Amino acid sequence: MPGVFANPVNPVNREERMTMKVSLDQELCVGAGLCVLSAPEVFDQDESSGVVTLLQENPDPALEPAVAEAADLCPARAIRYGS
Amino acid sequence: MTDLFYPMARQCPFAPPREVAGIQAGGGVPRVTIWNGTRPWLFTRYDDARVVLSDPRFSSDKGRPGYPLSSPAAGSEVTTDPTLLIMDNPDHDHYRRLVLSEFTVKRAEALRPVVRGFADHHIDRMLQGPRPADLVTALALPVALAVICELLEVPYEDREFFRSRTHTMGSVEVTTETAAAARKELQDYLVSLVETRERRPGDDFISRMAVRHVRTGTMTTGLLGAMCLLLVTAGHDTAANMMALGTLVLLEHPDQFAALARDPGAAAGATEELLRHLTIVQRGIRRIAIEDVEVNGHPVRAGEGVIAAINIANRDPAKFTSGDDFDITRDSRHHLAFGYGIHQCLGQALARVELQEFYSALAGRVPTLRTAVPVEEIRFRSDMAVYGVHQLPVTW
Repeated sequence: MPGVFANPVNPVNREERMTMKVSLDQELCVGAGLCVLSAPEVFDQDESSGVVTLLQENPDPALEPAVAEAADLCPARAIRYGS
Repeated sequence: MTDLFYPMARQCPFAPPREVAGIQAGGGVPRVTIWNGTRPWLFTRYDDARVVLSDPRFSSDKGRPGYPLSSPAAGSEVTTDPTLLIMDNPDHDHYRRLVLSEFTVKRAEALRPVVRGFADHHIDRMLQGPRPADLVTALALPVALAVICELLEVPYEDREFFRSRTHTMGSVEVTTETAAAARKELQDYLVSLVETRERRPGDDFISRMAVRHVRTGTMTTGLLGAMCLLLVTAGHDTAANMMALGTLVLLEHPDQFAALARDPGAAAGATEELLRHLTIVQRGIRRIAIEDVEVNGHPVRAGEGVIAAINIANRDPAKFTSGDDFDITRDSRHHLAFGYGIHQCLGQALARVELQEFYSALAGRVPTLRTAVPVEEIRFRSDMAVYGVHQLPVTW
């Protein structure tokens, strides 16, 4: 959503620009586990179901390359991310 | 229009046929003729393969008329209870989720020391035996079969039964009936195992699934039997062939084998690169369109078959720089060797652990390993759905 975080004078928004947001559609997840290998700080698999769970929705932006990798590798396209 | 028969024969044992590389370079999507006379579209580009493998308008149901089966044997897949391989959604995701917890990254990692133990044990035995040794029968098959026997807790003595029936089902030269007979024997054996474990469960995959799903009525014994059949066949055949053929490729690149021998940490990258470079599912992954679909602008009509030629897609220069080169230090993780979309290999975490442990154990412990015959004398598996070598004479 362009524009939402675009106002540089709003201190709250400036704060949020320094994070990233990850979302996961568990309905789509087929448990391939590639995200767990790419970004273990962000993704895990539930032990009883095998379905991926999010460990954190707003990880450190330094993890963005790893999250991007996870999103691209996901065979079910269940991962979305943005700033 | 020239009639292009697919698959073509390889010119080089380590590369897909030159013709498919030519099709990729030319940018076209040709129709090809396959063994049963049908004419599916052949997709060779990485981006196209991903669409074919992930768009739900392409069905995996091999029972649909006109399905571009990869061989007569593939026709036997509809003769027993269905495996995940031939299910579409919503059934596929429903049944995959019933077994998913057994195939997580954590579960695979927990098996790492067990796998390493199997590799060490069979390397010890090979080193104590005569030279040259056949790496396929001395190492690759025993290690891969031991892992499956461990998972299912079936007697290791049954491994020859598993191996021979899988071999028949994986041949591209047998009839549908021959493959179906082998399949039925395996399925009957596994269904009776399911029934036994349901009555007296132990602590193994079959028992856990029988208690959780068969007793509660969420899965029939036949369906669980088919799950186990997929585990047995896909589980050991692909792993064993990656082990043996991967070893040969490493020995053909002695500097990279030496790098792996020095640094076990290189095994993860080497495994991904071997998966990419070899892509042993050599006849492509096939689907049938159930609606009209456009694949990056290329129209496919309902009822038409498609082939995603993942072996050449994994060398697409648009995705992998100098894709024909073998380099264990490159980033290969985006390969399609395990497929893509909802059907992407269920056992891939375990497969990675197996291959990483196998290559690093072998290179680390037998750094002087070398082939005992020239490559020209090695019999490659051109006659099988899964590529590899029939034998690999090695010495050290």
